[in-house]
Amino acid sequence: MKILVCISKSPDTTSKIAFSDGNKQFDENGVQYIVNPYDEWYALVRGLELKETLGGNLTIITVGNAADEAIIRKALAIGADDAVRIDADPKDAYFTAVQIAEYAKTNGFDLILTGKETINYNGSQVAGMIAEALDLPFVSLATKLDINGTTARMEQEIVGGVQVVEANLPLVVSCAKGMAEQRIPNMRGIMAARTKPLTVVAPASVEDLTAYVEYGLPAAKSAVKMIDPNNMDELVALLHNEAKVI
Amino acid sequence: MNILVYINSSNHLAKSAFEAVAYAKKIGGTITVVATGSVDDATLGTLGEYGAQKVLIDRSVATEDSQQVTRLIAKAAESTGAELIIFSHDLVAKAVAPRLSVRLKAGLISGAVDVPNANGQVKVNVFSGKAFGFVSVKSAKKIISLLPNSFQPEKTGSACSVEAFDGAAGTSAIKVIETKMPEGEIPLPEAELVVSAGRGLKGPENWGIVEDLAKALGAATACSRPVADIGWRPHHEHVGQTGVAIRPNLYIAAGISGAIQHLAGVNGSKVIVVINTDPEAPFFKAADYGVVGDAFEVLPKLTEAVKKFRSTPH
Ligand SMILES: Cc1cc2nc3c(=O)[nH]c(=O)nc-3n(C[C@H](O)[C@H](O)[C@H](O)COP(=O)(O)OP(=O)(O)OC[C@H]3O[C@@H](n4cnc5c(N)ncnc54)[C@H](O)[C@@H]3O)c2cc1C
Ligand SMILES: Nc1ncnc2c1ncn2[C@@H]1O[C@H](COP(=O)(O)O)[C@@H](O)[C@H]1O
Repeated sequence: MKILVCISKSPDTTSKIAFSDGNKQFDENGVQYIVNPYDEWYALVRGLELKETLGGNLTIITVGNAADEAIIRKALAIGADDAVRIDADPKDAYFTAVQIAEYAKTNGFDLILTGKETINYNGSQVAGMIAEALDLPFVSLATKLDINGTTARMEQEIVGGVQVVEANLPLVVSCAKGMAEQRIPNMRGIMAARTKPLTVVAPASVEDLTAYVEYGLPAAKSAVKMIDPNNMDELVALLHNEAKVI
Repeated sequence: MNILVYINSSNHLAKSAFEAVAYAKKIGGTITVVATGSVDDATLGTLGEYGAQKVLIDRSVATEDSQQVTRLIAKAAESTGAELIIFSHDLVAKAVAPRLSVRLKAGLISGAVDVPNANGQVKVNVFSGKAFGFVSVKSAKKIISLLPNSFQPEKTGSACSVEAFDGAAGTSAIKVIETKMPEGEIPLPEAELVVSAGRGLKGPENWGIVEDLAKALGAATACSRPVADIGWRPHHEHVGQTGVAIRPNLYIAAGISGAIQHLAGVNGSKVIVVINTDPEAPFFKAADYGVVGDAFEVLPKLTEAVKKFRSTPH
């Protein structure tokens, strides 16, 4: 079983969000980057569990600059066997996905896992784009994944319930909560990560299709209106007359 | 401009379907809908009231297979000469729109919250709702996936024609083994009113007062992450950065501190009510209405007030 897990960086969830250069750039000052939680907690850990029971190899891949090697080492410390970094700025989802697809095409994987979305751009785009570029079936936002021979069985949350689906390998799956439990790397893993292979690959020539031209912060909320806990009739009246939501 | 709107009508037309068509109408152009699902022609025709000129339906396509749906939409886009394709940003769109982007080499904007501005740039939420951005598309063809509940649908016309369409979508690579739908619950992503509770409720046996309020309001229930993690509540109720992101009209949070990761999933709510014993709880900063008080006393009082309100005509 050859598994490829797509890892991206994202700002630590408590980072202060600010913009520079006339609101055209994300201000990275003081921002700590982590492995995108969906990629680390769900895609990577479930991939490792499958590898541990079925045997095989788990490669992580990221499209990013040299600075992103810190998150690659973290993923290696959690247990990935080897890593690939496509040496490019991930300009947009299309650019990123096609780079990953090009690598996957020449190296052949049974299963490609991604996170549900990156928590900075929340696009949920890259996985489906990889699948289309490779002409593979794709199951999005899976909350469970099991492999039996060449068949994968997954659960997905649909509006109002849960759907159980099956598809044959090779397959692309994006992973949401429920897949696995977070794993904390131990000292042995951290030591081993230092010597695991990390291949840097030159990017393919791909154009980007979209660009963020400007950012902004939402207008500050007007001050909260405090209501006497003994006067819930007033709250209900405000929700009806003022907020108009009931 | 020729606009194509994709609608998944699996068993009914969700409000988001009308939003997507009305959004296309607001942008302006000739609007064709391409649909999958089992909804009857008469219901599909009502999309005309929101601006659709014609609905093309292929009921043989399996919506769980993003490859099939992508082939169908690509064919419909070709036959209508569509330059812009619009989705509602739901589970099917999240699987299909990226595929279509690669297939048509059309730049994709996901999670749009407004129509394109004068420069053709589209506003989206980024950093889990902590900021917004404007996205521009460089390719000639464009795809926009509209965030549900961010655009008010308006009726502007009358019903339109509905035609069977052969998407030549091939066979499905995805087999549905089972669908589990809990009876009677309001699905969280579609709910307009949500009552949510956190660790302040002390234990699963205390959720009766949360459910009573939800019932009185006709609201769905939600919870914070630790509550789902310790098993007090089912996982699908967990809202926040790592759980479900919701944008209801009203979000009532009791016994939830308002950590930044929780806010990330609920800050799109139109109105937020926070009930907490601690006046310093960070959630009050994000709230429209706040009640400093014990949820065990405040929730039942609020439920009574809602029942009283609902039993008198307004
Ligand atoms: C990467 C990451 C992702 C995360 N994702 C999520 C997520 O998606 N969703 C999420 O919710 N959390 C998430 N978290 C966890 C988050 O940081 C908080 O720990 C969590 O939201 C706290 O849950 P809580 O408010 O229920 O509990 P607590 O923080 O323990 O707060 C309980 C609150 O109840 C109040 N209270 C106590 N008794 C009463 C009473 N009788 N009546 C009224 N109020 C009372 C207290 O004053 C307190 O404010 C994430 C954390 C990380 C690091
Ligand atoms: N630069 C990147 N390198 C590798 N994988 C990525 C990158 N960006 C996104 N991904 C993967 O694609 C998923 C969805 O990202 P997005 O489409 O940006 O929401 C992430 O959870 C990652 O698994």
